[in-house]
Amino acid sequence: MTHTVTAAGDPLPALPGGAPYDVTVIGAGVVGTAIARELARYPLRTALVEASDDIGNGTSKANTAILHTGFDAVPGTLEARLVREGQRRLSAYAADTGIPVERVGALLVAWDAEQLAALPALLAKAEANGYRAARLLDADEVAEREPHLGPGALGGLEVPDESVICPWTTPLAFATQAVRAGVHLHLDCPVRDIEPGSTVHTLTTGRGPLRTRFLINAAGLYADEIDRRFGHDVFTVTPRRGQLIVFDKLARDLVRHILLPVPTSAGKGVLVAPTVFGNVLLGPTAEELDDKTATESTQEGIALLREKGRRILPRLLDEEVTAVYAGLRAATGQEDYRIQEYPGRRYIAVGGIRSTGLTASMAIADHVTGLLARTGLDPGTPAELEPLTMPGLGEAAERPYLNAELIARDPAYGTLVCHCERVTAGEIRDALAATLPPRSVAGLARRTRAGNGRCQGFHCGAGLRALIEGNGP
Amino acid sequence: MTRRERTVDVLVVGAGPAGLGAAAELAASGVRRVEVLEREQSAGGIPRHCHHAGFGSSRPNGGTSGPEYARRSTAAAARAGATLRTGITVTGWAGPRTLDATGPGGLERITAHAVVLATGARERPRSARLVPGTRPAGVYTTGELQQAVHIHHQHIGTRAVIVGDEPVGIAAADTLRAAGVEVVARVTDRPAALPAALGRHHGAPLLTRTTVTALAGSPRLTGVAVRHGDGRTTTLPCDTVVFTGDWIPDHELARRGDVPLDPGTRGPAHDAAYRTHAPGVFAAGNLLHAVERAGTAAAEGRALAAPVRRHLATGAWPAGRAALTVAAPLEWIAPNLTGPDGDRPTGNRFILRTGRPLTAPLLVVRQDGLELYRRRLLRPARPGRPLHLPADWLDRADPHGGTVRVSVG
Ligand SMILES: Cc1cc2nc3c(=O)[nH]c(=O)nc-3n(C[C@H](O)[C@H](O)[C@H](O)COP(=O)(O)OP(=O)(O)OC[C@H]3O[C@@H](n4cnc5c(N)ncnc54)[C@H](O)[C@@H]3O)c2cc1C
Ligand SMILES: Cc1cc2nc3c(=O)[nH]c(=O)nc-3n(C[C@H](O)[C@H](O)[C@H](O)COP(=O)(O)OP(=O)(O)OC[C@H]3O[C@@H](n4cnc5c(N)ncnc54)[C@H](O)[C@@H]3O)c2cc1C
Repeated sequence: MTHTVTAAGDPLPALPGGAPYDVTVIGAGVVGTAIARELARYPLRTALVEASDDIGNGTSKANTAILHTGFDAVPGTLEARLVREGQRRLSAYAADTGIPVERVGALLVAWDAEQLAALPALLAKAEANGYRAARLLDADEVAEREPHLGPGALGGLEVPDESVICPWTTPLAFATQAVRAGVHLHLDCPVRDIEPGSTVHTLTTGRGPLRTRFLINAAGLYADEIDRRFGHDVFTVTPRRGQLIVFDKLARDLVRHILLPVPTSAGKGVLVAPTVFGNVLLGPTAEELDDKTATESTQEGIALLREKGRRILPRLLDEEVTAVYAGLRAATGQEDYRIQEYPGRRYIAVGGIRSTGLTASMAIADHVTGLLARTGLDPGTPAELEPLTMPGLGEAAERPYLNAELIARDPAYGTLVCHCERVTAGEIRDALAATLPPRSVAGLARRTRAGNGRCQGFHCGAGLRALIEGNGP
Repeated sequence: MTRRERTVDVLVVGAGPAGLGAAAELAASGVRRVEVLEREQSAGGIPRHCHHAGFGSSRPNGGTSGPEYARRSTAAAARAGATLRTGITVTGWAGPRTLDATGPGGLERITAHAVVLATGARERPRSARLVPGTRPAGVYTTGELQQAVHIHHQHIGTRAVIVGDEPVGIAAADTLRAAGVEVVARVTDRPAALPAALGRHHGAPLLTRTTVTALAGSPRLTGVAVRHGDGRTTTLPCDTVVFTGDWIPDHELARRGDVPLDPGTRGPAHDAAYRTHAPGVFAAGNLLHAVERAGTAAAEGRALAAPVRRHLATGAWPAGRAALTVAAPLEWIAPNLTGPDGDRPTGNRFILRTGRPLTAPLLVVRQDGLELYRRRLLRPARPGRPLHLPADWLDRADPHGGTVRVSVG
């Protein structure tokens, strides 16, 4: 099967007989790629259109990377159900495809009487959400589980199934499988306008018109704007920024679990979490903004995180910082997703996927595909997708640079290019030759980790850029 | 386990000036199996991409260019009989003097009678300095900039701001000009140490007491927001920014091997014989004290050859050496442990750093209430530049006594 991935400069392909696409998904974040992958199982002509030059390049690249159990969701909401279901689906999918996941478990740590008093209700909420493995811990048990915790922890709630996952491999796996199964991926293809039609919608994109019978809006922060093209005024996305600090790998031994704050009247607080790359995250902040492009970090945000982090894990602050970044949650003023099908219009809005979309992605995709049938599409009989194996980026797996057999077969896996993250020439070569090759240094980093380490390019940055530029058209 | 296991006499990690200096001197003095592992494809360390003069000489523009210096030091080590292996990365420890390495030829596990860590230092990147703002293209350290310009001939930009007032900032400015980039300003949050006129370099003003508060622009840098000492804020329009200096030793391998660090330098604690706290593990160069001149790193490497040979012969390792510490405004001192064997540091002097300019500092050394040394330096001391303390008093320090404290009187 030929793969169709187009980008700036390419014309949008004409389908045989001038036919429109059956389904078009706007937005190749983790949600849109998951939907495209699900649709790829059916005999449909599906397009996935994305404004940026890469998949997973919006909110999906900048989150906390936790595979939630959904223990603290609002019981009875769609989000609660899809997070719970999504966690099961994505865990299984990750195991099949090699997406890095580490089941480190979470610990909600109570630092004052109010937080301590809130724990039993959280336990009850977990149970109302069908999660039964959570358990209350006393101060000694908390100290024993997390020896480097700051002084003053009064107790905790343990949620053993909370896991960390690779946020970049996940949408890449979805998109790769979708493209291999025949979905057309159009990058650099912003949808600027939509002319809803009685049988076919016409999208005006940055690369010309695109016609489609059914439309799925998974445009993340911009889902409200797409929705308005259908004359709706249902929800408005107000970005809620989360800034995060990534600490160097030498900090990893300081923490064993995801250390979650106990939500109280004073707000949600920040967490400390290991990453699958062996780093430690501190964050996120929660700032209501009105600018959908405001992904910059701020002095106040960094100061706040450091102050909170010092309380939680004092020694963390002595370690070097590898990166600071921010992501924008697509908040809509409702404590739930905004997924709505419009049968008469052959359109589905997938909005308000705020702070759990990575976890819920596969369940959202399944749910949305079900809704599609209700909007009048007979998708046909699903087929099995070709199995997929993703590069093992996780620190817990055996990385290529430690794999003697692999190096014996191909010495390129024995040549390190990025020293901090220990990425080999073989892995970079593979990424450049993949179904969805990177088109920027940042895209290469999301696929291989190269350049993401403590030196931030001091040693290998120029060399990596040479590799990407040498790979250009 | 499919690692090739071997034993050598001395394993040197890192083929920069320090590692090559150590290997050359060790091999020349008759140690048989001296092996240097270097993770880059060619040996030489940082000088490989410093295309300016100033290497191997104490005069600012004397000596040779960096690449030439790298070639000469590599050739000297090879000539002396050391085994140099490039493209091999030491990835971790399997025992106190046993290191694991990865190369295209496979995985190795090498046990040595003595290990020399010479892994160098890097500049703290923008993120480690917690500079807020966007994450645009056009943000460099000097190390990346030099490789981009001199090795890969990449396009850099048109207008650049340089952050930092250490000597390396001048190298960054020269590299930028060589790449056709205009240097708009150099900024430092430190006060002026020189009359303003001397602070200019080829016309680019040095803005002192000026803090970078944010980077702006996306996807490309459009400006650097700064706050001046008097509270004024402004944005310097530019498409390139280079974060220079603010070194941090590449100490990860040392830490993974439980080699204790000095809290000031963040490099392994060590004595005047370049012995760390870990028996059989020596260290030299910028790993110990971030950036000094290449000649200093090389001299340290050569100086540890005699103590390494002593250790190979006797297996002895000192225990319980008193530490050397500094009081503010001093930031660190190296070496930072006393030793029982009467060794003196390279050049018979300690290297220190100060956090603020000092006109004629009076250096005082005390241990257990006893004054070991007191003398006024004739030269001013500046942040980011070496300040030297003669080591004559070292014999009077008690290696089994309390902490030796160095202060500015
Ligand atoms: C700080 C933070 C922490 C988080 N932590 C977690 C966590 O730990 N676990 C978890 O499960 N979730 C977490 N999330 C939530 C998760 O990241 C999001 O729910 C998820 O990424 C949303 O995916 P998406 O595909 O809806 O949006 P996006 O990733 O933003 O994708 C939308 C895409 O649509 C494209 N697009 C927009 N408009 C157009 C247009 N007009 N034409 C073409 N393309 C368009 C955009 O370019 C973008 O690529 C967190 C979020 C944040 C911000
Ligand atoms: C921009 C710039 C300009 C300079 N200009 C001058 C000048 O004009 N004159 C002057 O005298 N000095 C100058 N210096 C300083 C000089 O370059 C350094 O002092 C010198 O290189 C330090 O030597 P080193 O051996 O300690 O470290 P490095 O040169 O950094 O060498 C360390 C080596 O160890 C290797 N290594 C690290 N970890 C591993 C591992 N795990 N496995 C294998 N190998 C590893 C590295 O790849 C590297 O090659 C300059 C430095 C810079 C950055």
